[in-house]
Amino acid sequence: MILLDRVSKSYSRGGKPSLDRISLHVEPKEFVIVVGQSGAGKTTLMRLLTREERQTSGKIIVGGIDYDKLKDREIPLLRRKIGVVFQDFKLLPNKTIFENVSFALEMVGMGNQEIKNTVPRVLEIVNLTGKEDNMPYELSGGERQRVAIARAIVRQPKILIADEPTGNLDPKHAWDVIKILEKINRYGTTVLLTTHNQEIVNKLKRRVVTIKDGKIVSDRANAGYKI
Amino acid sequence: MSGKRRLITVWRIINNGVVNFIRNISLAIAAMAIMVVTLTIVLFSLIVNYTFSHTIYQITNKIDVSVYLKNRVTSAETTKLIGEIRNLSNVQSVQYLSKEQALKAYEQQNSNNQQLIQAATETNNPLPPTIIIKPVNLNNLGQIKSFLNEPNIAALQTDPPSYSGQEKEAIDRITHATNVLQEIGVIAVIVFAVVSVLIIFNTIQMAIFNRRDEIQIMRLLGAGRGYIRGPFIVESIIYGILSAVISVIIINAAFQASSGTLQASSLGLLDIGYANNYFDSHFIVLLTVELALGIVIGAVSSMIATRRYLKFKTR
Ligand SMILES: Nc1ncnc2c1ncn2[C@@H]1O[C@H](COP(=O)(O)OP(=O)(O)O)[C@@H](O)[C@H]1O
Ligand SMILES: [Mg+2]
Repeated sequence: MILLDRVSKSYSRGGKPSLDRISLHVEPKEFVIVVGQSGAGKTTLMRLLTREERQTSGKIIVGGIDYDKLKDREIPLLRRKIGVVFQDFKLLPNKTIFENVSFALEMVGMGNQEIKNTVPRVLEIVNLTGKEDNMPYELSGGERQRVAIARAIVRQPKILIADEPTGNLDPKHAWDVIKILEKINRYGTTVLLTTHNQEIVNKLKRRVVTIKDGKIVSDRANAGYKI
Repeated sequence: MSGKRRLITVWRIINNGVVNFIRNISLAIAAMAIMVVTLTIVLFSLIVNYTFSHTIYQITNKIDVSVYLKNRVTSAETTKLIGEIRNLSNVQSVQYLSKEQALKAYEQQNSNNQQLIQAATETNNPLPPTIIIKPVNLNNLGQIKSFLNEPNIAALQTDPPSYSGQEKEAIDRITHATNVLQEIGVIAVIVFAVVSVLIIFNTIQMAIFNRRDEIQIMRLLGAGRGYIRGPFIVESIIYGILSAVISVIIINAAFQASSGTLQASSLGLLDIGYANNYFDSHFIVLLTVELALGIVIGAVSSMIATRRYLKFKTR
């Protein structure tokens, strides 16, 4: 599903690489946690997968798409196949909760009736029924992040990437978000989660990939995590 | 994309544009205020410019060249002379007054001076048959003068031609002044138009800069260029339409107010009465020009302004 082969990324030409020859293979329906301290390169890895940034060297293949062969006009199509959740939520500030979620469907030309049926179902999955007409600023951090998850999964992507989705949340809300990710994974979506929250990693008991200074230093199934 | 899907997408783009306009109303008002001011200045300068043109035309029209013929000139000679004058390029129109008509005109002109009229009676008509020439361009009377001064033409005349008598110098000065003003007017219209294009472009650029994060988010979600850009363009076009309409309303109100309070319909050289008439009679054209300006600048600026936020990283 996700294949990285000796992928490196330097933000500046000839500068110190933020990712250094990362190789990683993620199977369909897998739940993988990427851990590492701040500045380790987790966000950089996610940005390469969404093609927000381009790798300096190495090969990236996601869902059969080779990123080196990707043309600019195909990038939106790639992104529509991947659900993304960001640490800072990235909700559209001038749209209601319903519209934030329906945006992901409207932009691909889905009919109004289908949208009316789909969005409430997804908002129910993330426990936000009743908040449809609220604006993002009226919601708590945890609620906003659940909107972002609803938006990411509403198109039923095969892959969900969540970059420190709990980083700005208190423990209770953080755990709500994690439980939703687990639920989505049970429905068959491949989940790639980055975090540096030790408790979450230890509770989840999933495959853990540890990054340090841009390099993978360990990759273990059913792992715990110690800083 | 199927036809129905395309239609729904176009509808959504327009709808989003309108909704965004309403939700960003404070930003919209700020942007539109600037657009209204610049469009009003452009419209005003346009009207002033046309008014000056009209004033110059009117003054020009008051100037004529009178050719006084000797009494013995035959009607065949007169007809031939009129034909030759008509053929001069700088001649706009030629009018012939017989001795009797010249007297009538003279009586009318001096109706408040009975002594003068008495001096010139039907029986003792001192007025020569007269040819009145209206030139096209006042600043180029040389052609007419030299033609009238040709010996065989001069031989037909009692007196040298008169160039609107004593008024000529005053008229010359006014013409010169209005000519300069008109040139300044044309330049001002162009300068204001260019400046307003730049200011409006900058305003929309700022408005979109404020919302670049939105564009970035939509980009990350995989929205297509057109789907992201469309609502911004629609929004800018709404700015343009509303600003154009408001600026026309402002000018209209200004004319209404000035025609109510100002007794004299003229402000220095600016003939407000004519400006008002011009505005009323060209209302549709002026509104169209303003709308076209607003819409085109709005659409083009928003297209250019969104471009940079829609690019992908290539390296
Ligand atoms: N846009 C950028 N430009 C330059 N350097 C960057 C940029 N983003 C991240 N970096 C650098 O890359 C390294 C990894 O950053 P990041 O991927 O954000 O780490 P993490 O998400 O694990 O905290 C850091 O040293 C950071 O300073
Ligand atoms: Mg990060």
